Amino acid sequence: MKLPTLREIGTEAKLLLIGIPVLIWTLVPIYHMFLFAISPKEDAFSGKLWPDHPTLHNFEIVFRQQHYFLRDFWVQFGNSTVIAIATGALTLFIATSAAFSISRLRAPGGRAVMNLALFTYFIPAAFLAVPMYRTMGNYGLLNSHWSLILAMVTIASPYAIWVLKQASDKLPVELDEAATMDGATTLQLFRLVYVPLMMPSLVAVGTYAILLAWNEYLYAFLLLSKDTDITLPVALGNFLAADDSPWELLMTTGFIYALPPAAIYYAFKRYMVGGLTAGAVKS
Amino acid sequence: MAITLSDHAVPRPPLSARLSTPQAWGILLLAPYTLVFLAFVVYPIGYGLWLARHPESYVALYNDPIFARAAVNTLIFLVIGINIKMLVALFLSGFFVQQRAWIRWLSVLFILPWAVPSIPTILSVRFMLNPEWGVINHLIFQFTADDGPNWLNDPTVALTMAIAVHIWKSLPFWTLILMTGRLAISNDLFEAAAVDGASFWQKFRYITWPSMRTLYVTCTLLSMIWTLGDFNSVYLLTGGGPADLTHVLSTLGIRYLRLDQLNLAMASIVCALPLVLPLVYFMMKRLSR
Repeated sequence: MKLPTLREIGTEAKLLLIGIPVLIWTLVPIYHMFLFAISPKEDAFSGKLWPDHPTLHNFEIVFRQQHYFLRDFWVQFGNSTVIAIATGALTLFIATSAAFSISRLRAPGGRAVMNLALFTYFIPAAFLAVPMYRTMGNYGLLNSHWSLILAMVTIASPYAIWVLKQASDKLPVELDEAATMDGATTLQLFRLVYVPLMMPSLVAVGTYAILLAWNEYLYAFLLLSKDTDITLPVALGNFLAADDSPWELLMTTGFIYALPPAAIYYAFKRYMVGGLTAGAVKS
Repeated sequence: MAITLSDHAVPRPPLSARLSTPQAWGILLLAPYTLVFLAFVVYPIGYGLWLARHPESYVALYNDPIFARAAVNTLIFLVIGINIKMLVALFLSGFFVQQRAWIRWLSVLFILPWAVPSIPTILSVRFMLNPEWGVINHLIFQFTADDGPNWLNDPTVALTMAIAVHIWKSLPFWTLILMTGRLAISNDLFEAAAVDGASFWQKFRYITWPSMRTLYVTCTLLSMIWTLGDFNSVYLLTGGGPADLTHVLSTLGIRYLRLDQLNLAMASIVCALPLVLPLVYFMMKRLSR
């Protein structure tokens, strides 16, 4: 085995000098959250870097809803799940139809719709939130899960359409021509040729919409208000209402809430990175 | 034959006959998004602009010191915060393209802030900064026997922390994007430069930067547009406080909304449009090619 030269050690040391601060910077807030989740209240509030008596008791309290702030935990978890999945499904339906129509069928007005979608993509979401709140009120949807689902679909579909259109443009035209020659109807073309070939992009877009809806705070907090209607992030924000909030339980709930999206992200990372980079790199 | 000759003489067939089946399907399949767009983008924007039509709203805004402060804070957030973030991302993208097993592992962990939802992590930072029970002041007390500062009670520190939280959350994403830009550069160029004895800085100046410039500028502008809408970093960390001194335009709009001053909320957003619309226009031109 060859011993490393002084120069190689120097390079490695320089890289470590960057890598270690990056690691600390990245992990501190997450470690702090985890630390609270496994600490009894006294340990959490005494600034210890590792609890004297690590415990899973906080998780038990959350799962059994044994605290005032947590009495609707499972209902809220369910709300978050239903809203995320509904957003994912609706976004997929709307975006796939639109992308197929624009890219493959070259529908009249397709280009205009694409530009309108791009325009929506660039409106800062917090700016649209104010008039959206009143609009949902005018439609009589406030405090209904549909308001949040539809708002999330509005925000998710422009990017979804754009990603899917970029991906469909890459499929060869000959495929459609061959299928049509064989007598495929437009619907068959969509179902039997287009959707199977687009699967990786569809997974990316569906995951994107689900994560967007699961993570959303602002719209959820504006559009839903009843304790049994709200989603988990709003419930987390509501912990701040009291001065003596049980922070160890807040962090435990936050930790549980953060796990599914992190797991989904890492499971679909291959698709996500491809889809996401397509979104920003094209320059 | 006869039909083609007298084409313009016969009345045009009805619309359904003129459209081929795929075209009819095409229009039908565009309908769902068009409906969503009309109901949840066109209507709210039109309604919002209509609410913001009174000149008095703008006078009231002009006289509200919180608005001026929020506008300045937003500019600080965008001009200083985003540029620091993008420069760090540019630097780190160079670090993460190094071929080392441990750097690959580190890059998996590095994505975590982007992969986890922002609410619990922002709240986690908020408690770290708690003057009495937060871990930071506990450590300061242990090492210096002095009480640490009341972090979030100082508007400058509080805004800086909000920017830091924003950077923490979105740095991985932009680093990843800039990494793909770096990886797209042909390695031959760097090898040739190494043969010619180019320094680290020369390689960056004459190879990396020229091929990444467009991407870098696009990313910076895109990040600016998105950061205008970053409500969580400020709202959940400082709540706009102390004394409403750390608001940005996005949290201010919601504050007015909660105070039932919808016309002010919309007017404050309209005031941001001269900044937003050119950026949006520029990005649309970039992406619709």
